[in-house]
This record gives sequence, C-alpha cells and structure tokens, in this order.
Amino acid sequence: MNIAILSGKGGTGKTLLAVNLAAIAGDAVYIDCDVEEPNGHLFFKPKSIKTETVAVKIPAVDDELCTGCRICVDFCRFNALAYIADRLAVFEQICHSCGGCTLLCPEAALREEDRIVGRIEEGFSGSVKVYSGILNTGEASGIPIIKRLLNLSKKERPGLCLIDCPPGSACIVMETIRDADYCVLVAEPTLFGVHNLNLVYELVSLFDKPFGVVLNKCLEGEENPSEKFCLEKVITILGHLAFDHELGVINSKALVAARERKRYSALFSTLLASVLKEAQHEAVVNP
Amino acid sequence: MKVAVPVDDKNMETSVCMSFGRAPYFMIYDTDTKEHSFLDNSAADSPGGAGIKAAQTIVDHRVDVLLTPRCGENAAGVIKAAGIDLYKTEPQSAIDNINALVIGKLSSLNDIHPGFHSRKGR
Repeated sequence: MNIAILSGKGGTGKTLLAVNLAAIAGDAVYIDCDVEEPNGHLFFKPKSIKTETVAVKIPAVDDELCTGCRICVDFCRFNALAYIADRLAVFEQICHSCGGCTLLCPEAALREEDRIVGRIEEGFSGSVKVYSGILNTGEASGIPIIKRLLNLSKKERPGLCLIDCPPGSACIVMETIRDADYCVLVAEPTLFGVHNLNLVYELVSLFDKPFGVVLNKCLEGEENPSEKFCLEKVITILGHLAFDHELGVINSKALVAARERKRYSALFSTLLASVLKEAQHEAVVNP
Repeated sequence: MKVAVPVDDKNMETSVCMSFGRAPYFMIYDTDTKEHSFLDNSAADSPGGAGIKAAQTIVDHRVDVLLTPRCGENAAGVIKAAGIDLYKTEPQSAIDNINALVIGKLSSLNDIHPGFHSRKGR
C-alpha cells in the first residue's frame, strides 16, 4: 500500500504527518521524495545507511568523428546542443536525457555518459525503513532521483509505504504520486492554505487518485477555510491536528512526536487507522 | 562589420527586444554597405534552451557583433566561442544603438546573467 502525503505549499505538515504515521505503523517504509530539501531523515536519524548515486545520461561527442552535419542540433527539442566554430557543444543542464541525438548521429560520434545529479540513502530507524532522495544543489530536475527512489523501494511493497512528496503540484509531484494507491492532502486553516489545497485537489482529481484531507494547525473556535472547502466539495476529512505548541516544540527539535509522548502516539494511531481504513476501502471499491 | 540586434518589429524604427533568446526577430545590419535584413527567431517559442538556439542562428549568420540588453550564460557561451563581440544596448532604437556602436559609444556586455539553467556547455 503506497500512501502519498502532499500539499500545495511547503510547511503545511507533510513531513510531520508522513514521519509520524510511519513511526506509529512501525513496520513501514518512509520515502522522502522532497529531493530538493529532504528533511525526514532529520527526524528519523536512520542507521546503517547505504548510499547510491543517481546519474542521468548525457551525450558526449567525439570531435574526430563529428562531421558537423547538425542532425543532432536540429533534433534536440530543448536546444541542448550547438555547433560553434566547427565543434559540437553540449549543454548538460539543458539536456533531458532522451538519447535521441546519440541514436540519430550517422557518424556514431555521440555516446552517452553518466552525469551524477544526486544520491539516495537508505537506512533504518527502529523498524522503519527510511529512504531519502537528495538532489545535488543547482540541478534543474529531481525527477530522475524520484524515479530511482520509487523503483528502488518497490521491493518493500506491498508493505505500507508513506511517500513524503515535494510541495506544490508540478511535474515532480506527478511523478511522485504515480504509483500511489491513496493520497493524503495536508492543509492549513488559511485562505492561502485553501488556495494551495485546491491546487493539489485538482491534481489528484486529474490523476483519478483516491484521496482525503488532514487539516493541520487547527485553531479551536476559529473558522477553518480549508475545512469549509472540504465540506463544500464533499472531500473526506481524515483528521484534524491542532495548532499545538508542544507538538511544535517537539518537531522543532527534530524529534518524532509519536515516539516522544503517549498522547501523540495515540493521536497519530487514530489518524493512521483513519487513513488506512479509507485507503483500504478505496482499494476494495475501486481496485 | 556585421551587427545583430534582437528587435520587437521588422522595421528600421524598431525598439530593441528586452530578451535575446525569445526576441521575435533579429535585425542584421552591415555597417560597411548599410544594408539590413530581418531574421525570424525560430527559438522564440522553444520549450527550453532558447538562448542557445538563438545564439546558433546568430553564429550561423556570421555576424561580428551582437548588441543586446541582456544575455544568459548559455547563449553568451555560444556567442563567445564563435568569437562574436557582445555589446550592451542603451534604451534607444535598434538603429540608434548601431550608430552608437560605430562611433564607439557602446560598452561591452559583461553582466552575463546565470539564466534559468546553471552550467555552461563543454
């Protein structure tokens, strides 16, 4: 069972939720797909780390063989190749690694080389298997890392996997929820929060993913625009998390709340039960 | 000397386009013969790497000097590798900029912005 945790903006509580749900489940896999700023490992502090690098393919030219026919230059939709002063130049950052130029070169002057864009770390925090994707600073796309991360963690399934998504609703999030059986959207009780909730709501609807919402940072007696949004759209509310000072303090110390206090372990247990019930119900109704 | 300028329109009064890679046209002006022509910039609607493709067009037209208000790192890499000089335009029409270049009133473009991609070709 793959459960993706997402939100339209950063700081709503994706990692808080994903980390604590994985910790409560115990025998679970936590996958940090927020590769631009992975932080789940700060909470889990995983042990026995294994690291593997992630590379993409980029073309490399043999100047001796290149005749300057420019078939590759004309082919590249992203203009990652230019022919200047009788030499082919490759713009690595712009290349989307489609391999087309290498296939088309009539002189076989192009070959593919690896370019490392980041790494994956896997380790254990108690019985939770922790995967973190880490994109190198300055790289344009984390998608190759997410693909590898989800592929690598496939062997862990059908166990419970909690996938901590990048914020927003762009390509990188689409890649992350591709294999998700159920999506949990985390939302803040503000107008800004509703706007961002709507973005991910549209995304999961477009991908036809079953989903529910966790309302975070709820203030007692105060209006919650995100809750109102859910009620209007008839969206399942999986649970509420209060705007809780103690939870904030524990979290800011990079501790796993569900492991620190009984009341948080109870809170996240209830939430996990609610998420699993919905996800399993969906799996039965819409397999 | 053959000069290229990214421009907004295909006429002699045209202003300089604020973008090099995504300019709709380039004015090509020969300061010796006073002849001019306009090129459509096929890179204008590229999904990516517009600066590189636009620079390739400029290189292929064997210009000596490129006048532009700004230029990204990748495009500048192509332009410089081809030995084309880069000058920064002033806020005036394309032809006024060319005339300013001829009398030595334009300064070279040094503030190459990092663009949306961060590494040069090799």
